[in-house]
Amino acid sequence: MGGFLQALVNPAVPFVRNALIGSVLAAFLFGILGSLVTVRRIAGLAGAISHTVLGGIGLALFLASRGAPKWVSPMLGALVFAILAALLISLVSLKAKQREDTVINALWAIGMSLGVVFLAKTPGYIDPMSYLFGNILLVTSQDLYLLAALDVIVLLLVVRYYRHIEAASFDEEFAATKGVPVTAVYLALVLVIAVAIVLLQTFVGIVMVIAMLTLPAGTAGYFSRNLAGMMVNATLLSLVFSVGGLAVSWHFDLPAGAVIVLLSGAVFIAFSAGRMLAGRRLARS
Amino acid sequence: MSDMDHSAPQAQAADEVHLPHAPENVAIWCQNLAFHYREVEVFNSVSFHVHRGEFVALTGKNGAGKSTLLKLIVGLLEPAQGQVLVFGAPPRRRIESIGYVPQHTGFDAAFPIRVEEVVGMGRLSGLSPVAKRQKQENVEWALRQAEVYDLRERPFSTLSGGQRRRVLVARALVGHPKLLVLDEPTANMDVDSEKKFYDVLERFKGSTTVLVATHDSDFVSALADTVLCVGQDIDHPHSVHRHAIEQAVNAPEDIYGGKVVRVRHDIELPDDACCEGKE
Repeated sequence: MGGFLQALVNPAVPFVRNALIGSVLAAFLFGILGSLVTVRRIAGLAGAISHTVLGGIGLALFLASRGAPKWVSPMLGALVFAILAALLISLVSLKAKQREDTVINALWAIGMSLGVVFLAKTPGYIDPMSYLFGNILLVTSQDLYLLAALDVIVLLLVVRYYRHIEAASFDEEFAATKGVPVTAVYLALVLVIAVAIVLLQTFVGIVMVIAMLTLPAGTAGYFSRNLAGMMVNATLLSLVFSVGGLAVSWHFDLPAGAVIVLLSGAVFIAFSAGRMLAGRRLARS
Repeated sequence: MSDMDHSAPQAQAADEVHLPHAPENVAIWCQNLAFHYREVEVFNSVSFHVHRGEFVALTGKNGAGKSTLLKLIVGLLEPAQGQVLVFGAPPRRRIESIGYVPQHTGFDAAFPIRVEEVVGMGRLSGLSPVAKRQKQENVEWALRQAEVYDLRERPFSTLSGGQRRRVLVARALVGHPKLLVLDEPTANMDVDSEKKFYDVLERFKGSTTVLVATHDSDFVSALADTVLCVGQDIDHPHSVHRHAIEQAVNAPEDIYGGKVVRVRHDIELPDDACCEGKE
């Protein structure tokens, strides 16, 4: 562990400090948005968005190799695909709820396959693993500014509209009778999640974004008394998991993203098992 | 806010329809209402009205359209044709006057929320910020009215079915609504809970207009002044009719937690049957 602390202050390896700052900034998004994803049960939607992102990255890299202008970056491709996927799923969810599941799974698979096809046709070897599992040590200062900006936006929105978001998540119908624009709240949430996924996947990768949006919040849900408490607890858990995972991965020379997710997953499973055992004991007595 | 809410829409609505009474005395006005879900027709030329302060039981078989009618009245659905007015204006402009208690069978037990916070949702109005101090008093008042004040710190998911329904009533009461709309509030409730529930409703009889959908259609609570039946006429399956009620002899005692009256589905009343002596 001492090695990790030394690396943090070592000017020769600034990327370690960036990774730490990134983990802290990401924890807010994982905690707040993850809680909303969990209570609204839209983890499938978030999963589909994050996997569709690979299609956008692949397309952007492919176009760049064919002489597209410089602004056609993987980040832009990812953003366009994420927002399109979010809008498409929302449309189906609002207009034909019974098809939502099918569309989510279709986009999930199509998005990934598109990415693989484009990457295969892009000259030079590109390792899809780095997009799937991310590399937290490759975070740039620009990524950090974007993450910080999104943190501020999400915090402002959640503080200002907390009661409305809570009501629309708990009982959409009742909230609507009180004049809360529930469709707009839902669309705003889905779009913010889409943007967050694009920024977060640079850290932990496409596959693991969805784990970090569900595991800390799911664990927090076991002991939080309300949605606000769940957001705070999930943020703290994400912070512990990502900073802890980073330190452990540095120490044992393991991939950081995977270690962070394993840590989060282990704690979640331990909580779930503890809950089940406690419930059984309660039922017996 | 509520003053504005009441004056402007009335002027507009008065141009379009001629209410038989002063708009503030007509809690619900349905005129020539039609509604369908895609190709499935639910209502066709439905007209009826409810006076301020009336206690109305809405009966009908499962799938007849009770919930749909309630959703049209609280503004969750828009009619395909015709008009629904609540105190003389479309429901969406009467947000402050309506308290809605949805069926809410599919709520999420894993949602972390306490009773007080569920009831606090009743303070919302559009996207406006919730004014804390004064409205907290309304929450406490509503918690007491629905007899759930002692439960206010409890997680909503740990309550019994009967307690939960009373919490949802408290949530609807927070804004001091003039019209309370309840969708099958005592379905699957045991006798004691049902009695307690109707005791709570009884407090509002006369002062608040109450529209309650119930599953049992031969008897309704004796609190009811009026019975509206949805889709019970075979010749007119997409309609709403006013049926007569009479004192029940040999009525079962284990429904609606108290006295009941018998619904005479064979006696249909004209829609103006309730209007005598009303302003």
